[in-house]
Amino acid sequence: MSPEFVYVALLLGVLLVLAVPTGRYIAKVFSGERTPLTPLLRPIEKRFYSLLGIDENKEMSWKTYASALIAFNILSVIAVFLLQEAQGWLPLNPQGFGPVRWDTAVNTAISFVTNTNWQAYSGEQTMSYLTQMLGLTVQNFLSGAVGIAAAIAVIRGFIRKNTATIGNFWVDLTRSVLYLLLPLAIIWALVFASQGVVQTLGPYVAAQTPDSGEQLIAVGPTASQDAIKFLGTNGGGFFNVNSAHPFENPTPLTDSLQVLGMLLIAASLPFALGAMLKNRGQGRAIFASMMVLYLAGLGVALWSETNGNPLLDHLGVAGGINLEGKETRFGIVPTVLFAESTTVTSDGGVDGMHDSFLPLTGLVLLFNMAIGEVIFGGVGVGLIGMIFYAIMTMFIAGLMIGRTPELFGKKLEPSEMIMAVIGLLAPSVTLLLLATLAVVLPAGLFSLNNAGPHGLSEIIYAFASACGNNGSAFAGLNANTIFYNMTTALGMLVGRFATILPALAIAGSLAQKKIVPFSAATLPVAHPLFVVMLVGTVIIVGALTFFPVFVLGPILEHMLLGAGRTF
Amino acid sequence: MDNSEIVKGIRSCILLFATVVVLSLVYTVFITWGTQILFPYQAGGSLIYVNGTAVGSELIGQNFSSPGYFYSRPSAVDYNASNSGGSNYGATSAALMDQVTQRIAKVRSEDNLSANASVPADMVLASGSGLDPHISPENAMIQLQRVARVRGLPESEVKALVDQHTEYPQFGFLGQTRINVLRLNIALDELTKKGKG
Repeated sequence: MSPEFVYVALLLGVLLVLAVPTGRYIAKVFSGERTPLTPLLRPIEKRFYSLLGIDENKEMSWKTYASALIAFNILSVIAVFLLQEAQGWLPLNPQGFGPVRWDTAVNTAISFVTNTNWQAYSGEQTMSYLTQMLGLTVQNFLSGAVGIAAAIAVIRGFIRKNTATIGNFWVDLTRSVLYLLLPLAIIWALVFASQGVVQTLGPYVAAQTPDSGEQLIAVGPTASQDAIKFLGTNGGGFFNVNSAHPFENPTPLTDSLQVLGMLLIAASLPFALGAMLKNRGQGRAIFASMMVLYLAGLGVALWSETNGNPLLDHLGVAGGINLEGKETRFGIVPTVLFAESTTVTSDGGVDGMHDSFLPLTGLVLLFNMAIGEVIFGGVGVGLIGMIFYAIMTMFIAGLMIGRTPELFGKKLEPSEMIMAVIGLLAPSVTLLLLATLAVVLPAGLFSLNNAGPHGLSEIIYAFASACGNNGSAFAGLNANTIFYNMTTALGMLVGRFATILPALAIAGSLAQKKIVPFSAATLPVAHPLFVVMLVGTVIIVGALTFFPVFVLGPILEHMLLGAGRTF
Repeated sequence: MDNSEIVKGIRSCILLFATVVVLSLVYTVFITWGTQILFPYQAGGSLIYVNGTAVGSELIGQNFSSPGYFYSRPSAVDYNASNSGGSNYGATSAALMDQVTQRIAKVRSEDNLSANASVPADMVLASGSGLDPHISPENAMIQLQRVARVRGLPESEVKALVDQHTEYPQFGFLGQTRINVLRLNIALDELTKKGKG
């Protein structure tokens, strides 16, 4: 076995070893039980509530919870927008950047608040340090915390009975940041900096190079933002090329910690679910379904990318190895692992250019996002998406055996089913409609960097990324136009709120129901059969919705590549 | 929900937001302060100084075009370290194939390779960042003869320098074997100076 595959196996092993205890820790934090960090953080938490006038024991109905969440997000969008417009007059702007163009600023505000972190701009050319710190880093924490809070509220819908309430949004938000994201971010940031991730408030450095005159080197407070960018599955980088930039991802060690960071909390949440349901087998079954899908995608992507590009081979590139858009320090396998991980989660950070992957690798990445990022997924919302699929799976199974469907001890009725279908289909339909618009309008086609089927892939990728709240890109597409800034912003809003709001509605409805005891008529979740059915549902729904467009994009490109065609 | 509750909710919302903004400023300043103390070299951008002048960053690739230096990987942004970027060409891009054809022809003529010799991928394909500071050992071995010839140094001395600057995967399995181009070229300049002095 080559060292690179040892690396993949070890990383996933470490993930598993860390995810189980982290999941239990999350369950304790949100159930208000004592954790090792409680003595340190509980006094801070209490002072925080008294300062803000929050009654932590006051429970909310799903509608109040959702209203609080929406109000908070609206405030965030306005704040991030205004900060970008005002950055020219504010401190910590050593390069003297002026206000961000209005459409870019709207797009960026929505992008960071919805946990997408789609970046139409180039960080080192556009944003002041203050904007990066107060606008973007703040939202990296908050948007991740909002997702975790929503997932916890949904879990409460399953474990509570005969009640109208699903928790307190302010408390869930505060605990996500204080007990989970902040401690991990401090550790990650310090390790990153030790490896060479830059962290300074000083101006860009002008170097006198030995052979080519002057080189102006962009620096900035990167390590602090880089850490939370992964832990909160945000993905919004400091620099234009994100984690391909040597200042943002300097060594193979930082590369592996970035992959681990984006998977960790998302992969812990199924275990948190199991712990809160007091039925660990059910949490394990959800985790297993995610892992099966993850490994399948990774396998195809590795196979595709390590085969190399026959056209390059023909020109004389040794082995046709496709290093275009990849960094020497990482090489092929770690870059593919990173890409698979960043598209199954909603992270969207990249350590190589996705546009330059081989067509079938690109297909896997598109599939991961288009099915709604439920393979681990974004922190919180990935688990929510998988629960939508589980509801659908149980409904289909219920139809086959003629029983009322149940999930985690709750009867599923039409209202839950309708909400789950909205949650699954609204982002997909929006994706396809917006992509269609881009394909027929000159404003959409004008931005293409590649011709032929790859051009279609660029457009589909942009909207899959926006509607999935991913944020990675086939970056050749010039997305910093009014058309793309507005359409992707719309896609991001639908992708975020058409997932979270139906999920909270389901939580509210389930919390009112009684718990159905496990009986002979119950389809057990903690069983391989359920895993197979859940995985099958995800693949079938994804394939039915997107197969035609995948054939015209990446699959056609793969066949033409084999035939030696270029565009 | 009556009106007083809505007002209270909005108040919590704004206060919470303001507090998080302040906390996050504290977080960034704390990390900046901590890293400046613990890792001043890295946090400052891993800058390399020669005779008191910053000549670049260890982590940021730069352009070397004189034949007496080892060349960096091709860059889609001409090594602009304040505007990173890749080519974003897809696998069937005709523009990419044209670029690669030209680069391969240049390598074959400059480094005295036969007309059908294959060339290491990192020599002719652009990196993702446009600022890749490394090249592969295969790449360095091909450039070695040219560099030694132009500088009038014995190949064995240049080869020893390359070996000395070869970095192996972290812990034996993380990442690729690679050579930092800027460090190697600075060492090369020192070696040449010593030879003349």
